[in-house]
Amino acid sequence: MDIKLQNILQKVQKPARYSGGEYKQIVKDKSAGLLRVAYCFPDTYEIGMSNLGLRILYGLLNARDDVWCERVFAPWGDMEALMRENAIPLYGLESGDSIRDFDIVSFSLGTELSYTTVLNMLDLGGIPVKAKDRSDDDPLIIAGGMCAFNPEPLADFIDLFVIGEGEEVLGEIIEAYKLAKSQGVNKTDFLEAASAIGGVYVPSRYDVAYNDNGTVEKIVPQRGVPLPVEKRFVTDFDAAYFPTDTIIPSTGIVHDRVVLELFRGCVRGCRFCQAGHITRPVRARSPETLTRQAIESIQNSGYDEITLSSLSTSDYGGLFPLCDQLLDWCESRKVSLSLPSLRADNFSVELMERVQKVRKSGLTFAPEAGSQRLRDVINKNVTEDELLNTCAIAFSGGWNGVKLYFMLGLPTETDEDVLAIAELSRAVLDTWKRTAKNKHRGVRITVSTSCFVPKPHTPFQRELQVTMAEYQRRVDLLRDALKSSKAITYNWHTPETSFIEATLARGDRRIGAVIESAWRQGAYLDTWSEYFSLERWLQSFEQCGLDPAFYATRERAADELLPWRVVSSGVSEDHFRCERERAQANQITPDCREQCSACGVAELATGGVCHGQK
Amino acid sequence: MGKNKLRLRFCKTGNAKYISHLDLMATLQRALLRAGVNLRYTEGFNPHPIMSIALPLSVGCESVCELMDFEPEGVLPDNLNDYLSEGITVTDAYVSARKFADIAWLGIRGSLVFDGDIDELQACFGQESIIIQKKTKRGVNDLDIVPFIRDIEFHAGDMITMTAKISAQNPTLNPEHLMQALEGDLKPDFTTFCRTEVYDAEMNIFR
Repeated sequence: MDIKLQNILQKVQKPARYSGGEYKQIVKDKSAGLLRVAYCFPDTYEIGMSNLGLRILYGLLNARDDVWCERVFAPWGDMEALMRENAIPLYGLESGDSIRDFDIVSFSLGTELSYTTVLNMLDLGGIPVKAKDRSDDDPLIIAGGMCAFNPEPLADFIDLFVIGEGEEVLGEIIEAYKLAKSQGVNKTDFLEAASAIGGVYVPSRYDVAYNDNGTVEKIVPQRGVPLPVEKRFVTDFDAAYFPTDTIIPSTGIVHDRVVLELFRGCVRGCRFCQAGHITRPVRARSPETLTRQAIESIQNSGYDEITLSSLSTSDYGGLFPLCDQLLDWCESRKVSLSLPSLRADNFSVELMERVQKVRKSGLTFAPEAGSQRLRDVINKNVTEDELLNTCAIAFSGGWNGVKLYFMLGLPTETDEDVLAIAELSRAVLDTWKRTAKNKHRGVRITVSTSCFVPKPHTPFQRELQVTMAEYQRRVDLLRDALKSSKAITYNWHTPETSFIEATLARGDRRIGAVIESAWRQGAYLDTWSEYFSLERWLQSFEQCGLDPAFYATRERAADELLPWRVVSSGVSEDHFRCERERAQANQITPDCREQCSACGVAELATGGVCHGQK
Repeated sequence: MGKNKLRLRFCKTGNAKYISHLDLMATLQRALLRAGVNLRYTEGFNPHPIMSIALPLSVGCESVCELMDFEPEGVLPDNLNDYLSEGITVTDAYVSARKFADIAWLGIRGSLVFDGDIDELQACFGQESIIIQKKTKRGVNDLDIVPFIRDIEFHAGDMITMTAKISAQNPTLNPEHLMQALEGDLKPDFTTFCRTEVYDAEMNIFR
């Protein structure tokens, strides 16, 4: 490491985030002419290293002997300022080489609020942020992840998007890149060739026309490119690569433990949930595979905790056999097991009892809405009885804290629905009074609300977001209703970030100018409240002549062409329309195990991997 | 006291110098578990492995003489270093009856980038007293560091090399305290330090 970098690492907080050198980082021969990939995560080291996708793709790419993939994270403000001051370009942690000298620079997009961080990372690497300003000498800039399901806001900046899961398609892109490089093909021609790869969206190959009112008039694909681009996904998930021998950070990260991925997709179909829709169909690993992966991971890492990850862990069919097998192995070795994303049903507590034999920390549930009517609207099929029974079992079993998460501003929400959150919380408190064994220890019930953000590729993709003032009014209403209960704490997220998130989530290509303007005015690490500034975003919208309300708080007409129709998750527009109508009629839709709702994914799922089609 | 109490001697150099004390504990615990070595845990509601590192290093300072006491179940494998991250290397593991409290002096070596004359540095540390401000738990106090420095020498080279022995405990000096003496005109452009040896009060090597 050069002295200039060592010098600034002595001045920043947590320098271990910037030094590399962790156990199992992969270092290859710089002089071997390998294809160099910078895997950029547009957030801090602690967040990025906790991302399973990064570990999977890092492992897969480095398993190839023609590729060297390195990690790049967003430096915190102190480091960023010193890097600029000392002209140190953003570098790969493994080699210390500037990302400008890589072949491919890839971004993982997990949240819309990371867009300004993407731009700043490119700029810190000395790479022009706009695709049209880059030459053939600059790296190829690609992006994937959840937010790529609406790629349009970043269309000006990214050369190529990967839609869906990256395991297979990244390899295909690399093959195409190598071929192009060996033939001396320029970037434009390479992108033309790459647009033929399934799941690849090359924004420069599409033209978008707008109506006078600002809505999309038409999306015109240039010769030979598909419309829409269908997402890619791994069909045989049980056999899919899982990194059991992965980097162990030398400094604390957010999820500092083994993370097992039980399944992808979700049978539930909650109407607000983007993840649940874009990751269909459900594909699970067998308990045997998972147990083997868990044991290998623990032995290779030295971690003493395993967490079971998925969108809805209690829906995993083999959960009991899996937990039994894992507990058998873990208990004698002092390895603990944790289960996030549990539903508020009886099954879950029974499981928690088995798993958390020693420590009884808090329980967390997300009913999302206070009234049964509104839970039916969003298709969150949890009843009040289920929630209260679950709490009763938990309280009588010694738990003395519950966290309840809700959204405000859901479609059709009335003041009655808001007040129902208070009633439900008090019912939980009454349940505690009735069932708790150790009343002298007291109880902590924490109610949290956030502002609903409508997302693309969901039944609610055409819904409006309530204004910030309206959200605040509903917060005040709920706060008043909860005032009398000392045992209930109410926390609410401020609506400012949700508002900007809503503009970006359903943005079109024109909003790219706003992102660039916000970044030029200093926007960076917007997911962090230390850095986020609503004022700066509003100014940027104004400068670009765009109205944030057009994107966030406007309901889209049923026939409006949505910008993200350039890509398809496999779930059909018909399904979204049908689900929206059912929502408006307070009708629930059974989960995929009970009845297929013909969402359209089954047609993608050749090989019969869709749930119930086996 | 456990029967299997062992003392591990290890280096922490290169990129590993940026690992904080707390993170180093977790890093070593995981490395030992990877190597198949289980540790004895404390009893209680929140069991944690019994391990103790002598005189925590500051972040950014290297060392070739770190000591850690711990209680492994079973024997240590010969290839322990295969399980450690870059820059952390175990050099010895042995049974010792001596307590960390007996450590009195630390050998240090520094590399300095300094434009001026080496004699100015030597002269500065030749003064009868050097008062610096030292942070303690009770606030900032003035401290004369001269009685707590021995054998300080400077050698010319690509970078200036400084060697010294400094007080390890009561008070604990670290290399940054010495550099406080060089504030102003004598301030080096760059410094990096390495802890080279640990000594007892009689200046015998502590093991």
